Amino acid sequence: MSYIFLQNYWWCLISLLGGLLVFLMFVQGANLHLVNPRLTAIEKNMVVNSTGRKWELAFTTLVTFGGAFFASFPLFYSTSFGGAYWVWILLLLTFVFQAVSYEFLNKKDNLLGVKGFRIALVANGFLAPFVVGVAVGTFFTGSDFVVNKMAILDSAAPVISTWGNSWRGLEALSSPHAVLLGLALVGLTGILGALYIINNVQDDSLEEKMRRAIRVFALPFLVCFIAWVVILLLRDGYAVDETGVVFMEEYKYLHNLLDMPAVIVMLLVGVVGVLLGLWAGAFTTSRYGIWTAGTGTVLVVMSVFFIAGFNGTAYYPSSTDLQSSLTIANSSSSSFTLTVMSCVSLLIPFVLAYIVYAWRAMDKTKITQDEIESTPHKY
Amino acid sequence: MDVLLWSRLQFAMTAAYHWLFVPLTLGLALVIAVMETLYVVKKDDYWKKTTQFWMKLFAINFAVGIATGIILEFEFGTNWSNYSWFVGDIFGAPLAIEGILAFFMEATFFAVMFFGWEKVSKRFHLISTWLTGIGASISAYWILVANSWMQHPVGTTFNPDTVRSEMASVEAFWEVISNPVAVSKFIHSVTSGWVTGGVFVVGVSCYYLLRGRKIEFARKSALVGAAVGMMGTLAVMFSGDISGIHTAEFQPMKLAAAEGLEDGGRRAPFSIVPGVEIPGMLSILATHDIDGYVPGINDIINGYTDNQGNVIPSVAEKMEKGRLALSSLEEYRNLKDTDPDAAALARGVLEENVQYMGYGYLEKPEDVIPPVDMVYWSFRVMVGGGMFLALVLLLVLWYGYKGHIEKTKWLQWVAMLSVPLVYLTGQVGWIVAEVGRQPWTIQGLLPVNVATSSVSLAAVQTTFFVFLAVFALFLIIEIRIMINAIKKGPEVE
Repeated sequence: MSYIFLQNYWWCLISLLGGLLVFLMFVQGANLHLVNPRLTAIEKNMVVNSTGRKWELAFTTLVTFGGAFFASFPLFYSTSFGGAYWVWILLLLTFVFQAVSYEFLNKKDNLLGVKGFRIALVANGFLAPFVVGVAVGTFFTGSDFVVNKMAILDSAAPVISTWGNSWRGLEALSSPHAVLLGLALVGLTGILGALYIINNVQDDSLEEKMRRAIRVFALPFLVCFIAWVVILLLRDGYAVDETGVVFMEEYKYLHNLLDMPAVIVMLLVGVVGVLLGLWAGAFTTSRYGIWTAGTGTVLVVMSVFFIAGFNGTAYYPSSTDLQSSLTIANSSSSSFTLTVMSCVSLLIPFVLAYIVYAWRAMDKTKITQDEIESTPHKY
Repeated sequence: MDVLLWSRLQFAMTAAYHWLFVPLTLGLALVIAVMETLYVVKKDDYWKKTTQFWMKLFAINFAVGIATGIILEFEFGTNWSNYSWFVGDIFGAPLAIEGILAFFMEATFFAVMFFGWEKVSKRFHLISTWLTGIGASISAYWILVANSWMQHPVGTTFNPDTVRSEMASVEAFWEVISNPVAVSKFIHSVTSGWVTGGVFVVGVSCYYLLRGRKIEFARKSALVGAAVGMMGTLAVMFSGDISGIHTAEFQPMKLAAAEGLEDGGRRAPFSIVPGVEIPGMLSILATHDIDGYVPGINDIINGYTDNQGNVIPSVAEKMEKGRLALSSLEEYRNLKDTDPDAAALARGVLEENVQYMGYGYLEKPEDVIPPVDMVYWSFRVMVGGGMFLALVLLLVLWYGYKGHIEKTKWLQWVAMLSVPLVYLTGQVGWIVAEVGRQPWTIQGLLPVNVATSSVSLAAVQTTFFVFLAVFALFLIIEIRIMINAIKKGPEVE
């Protein structure tokens, strides 16, 4: 296997993990509906107990996504995490609170009360997809950093990757394009969350409220997503030539799509999947919209990553110093490490198989109020 | 204090806090797996309810452990940016294996374990319980492979083109994953978790005995807890002995600091407390030979000859070689595109001296000495505490086996009060391991001051206090909820 093949293979795996992460953020999306004033206390409890049985999987996918990025493209990890400090700390804090909220929520003496931990779940429900969306948005808008490997020789200032401003990543909020993707992701995960609840909880009243919520979320989601795609296809992009020199190219991301027909197909199939799921959730009595919308989500996110990194593109561009931009080629682990990791990745189908098996076994009985009461461990 | 110190404090605080929850997860996972096995084998609902009670406490603890684990992963990048670039290629494979093999196993079967009692078969549920614990332990192995590589960096080649350590061959990969330090550290850490789990179960059971409640439950649980804890204690002692040998061989300064040994030699004494020594004992522990040579702090600074007859250069000489490595690296990178021959020469010099590269960043030889008092006293608390806990577990096992445990009030008190001690012992153990290897992030290759990010002091201070507040809040809530759950007790008598 050539080095280039391995690098591209790992970019595909990162893209897949990114897609699965966004899909599994239905946990966050469902929790966002806890602010819905139409939901009764019992219904909110059912939502929490439903997402509470899947949050581990979403959390683990986030950790694995981060770990895989660290392992396969360590220069991205050191540059982005060490640079866009506040973005990652914010994301981290919301997930840290989410992780304990389920266990603490309904316990006596939890100091913050049910409301406090419910707010933490809602905050995570909004901020997690928003921050991830804005962070991925900077893959196309660029960030303010410089990479200088010679810096390691200077013991007074040895850091290789340095950020150019004190906003430390929060400056991405001033980019309407990046913010649009963040908002689109909030909308998408809100829809996925409602679809998941419809599928996982057996309660007519809650189901009707979730279908209504999908109709409410649909328009803002579609507006943000379409606006983001249109701007993406019209904007200049960060191209890389064969010698590794980065330069600006007009309509770069449109060119990427046109140059990669398979990605166009993937994107279109994904969008259709999301729309079908949305339609099924909003306007039919089907409970299976989560699966079409979920599959569509994975495909759309993968195609966004492909547009960002393939076809001679800098996936994490520096708007300050073009030549510091990160590409699949200049930021990856060594050939041997990627080979070993690739061998390990052959176990992924086995892992997916047991996750599907366990998921099916656990979800064959839908969640109801009675079911929650009969379970020894409830939130 | 500067950014470096705040970054270190923040990482130390997070790691120490994380280690409050991990050992109990590892230990209780084994305890509940054993109890559920008893339920399935004996077909006795009593054990099912007992398992469910301990599982409830496991869940309260597990959530905070997971929440704090992700903070460490993020801090590698946010506060230790250079480090994450420098080691990324080495940690890549272990992390991939950890993610794919361990994380998802733990996450998937955790859900079945908690919510699957009425949804899956008894056998599948039992397998899920075991797999949750096994997943947590496999995860521990791979993260300890990474930690051990920092203590003893094997299988690595420095690549001057990428300016990082790289893993270049199958042999190197095996060296990394079978690093002897990793194997002993894994056994030591995981089985210390068994001790924590065992002491916790015994302590809580003794609370019930003292209150005269749930006597049968407490008696049986204490016996299982003591058995698991005792098994852990034996493994901790065995792996601790091996760790001592490894430390003497690969990190002699850590050992010298742990012993407060200024001047070493053959038949080196083991210090119990300052002024009280056992002659020759340190040589036995560090080399398994009473005539084995153990270097002291001054020997390491000035250079010495080790037990294999190798001449170990003084720190000043290592610093000289380190500076040569750094200047050769600079020369190589400046010349590689314009003068390949001169670049090749520079690269040769770099490769000859690269093992001392980290020393090139030091200002004076004494920089290699860790905080001796902290390491010395931590080591004593760890060993003394461990021996005391072993005795407590042994007594609980003995009285439990004889059926007298409910009558020995003094032992119940001692066992209950031993719960904080087992946490203290684990914490100081990590202080020995991590403070003892200062100033190195990666032994000999990367000192802490070169491993950082270029983050402002205000940013690191802010996040330090935010995490401090969050950790304090979670700990208070966790303890209150745990105490409530214990007070309520199991559904069995």
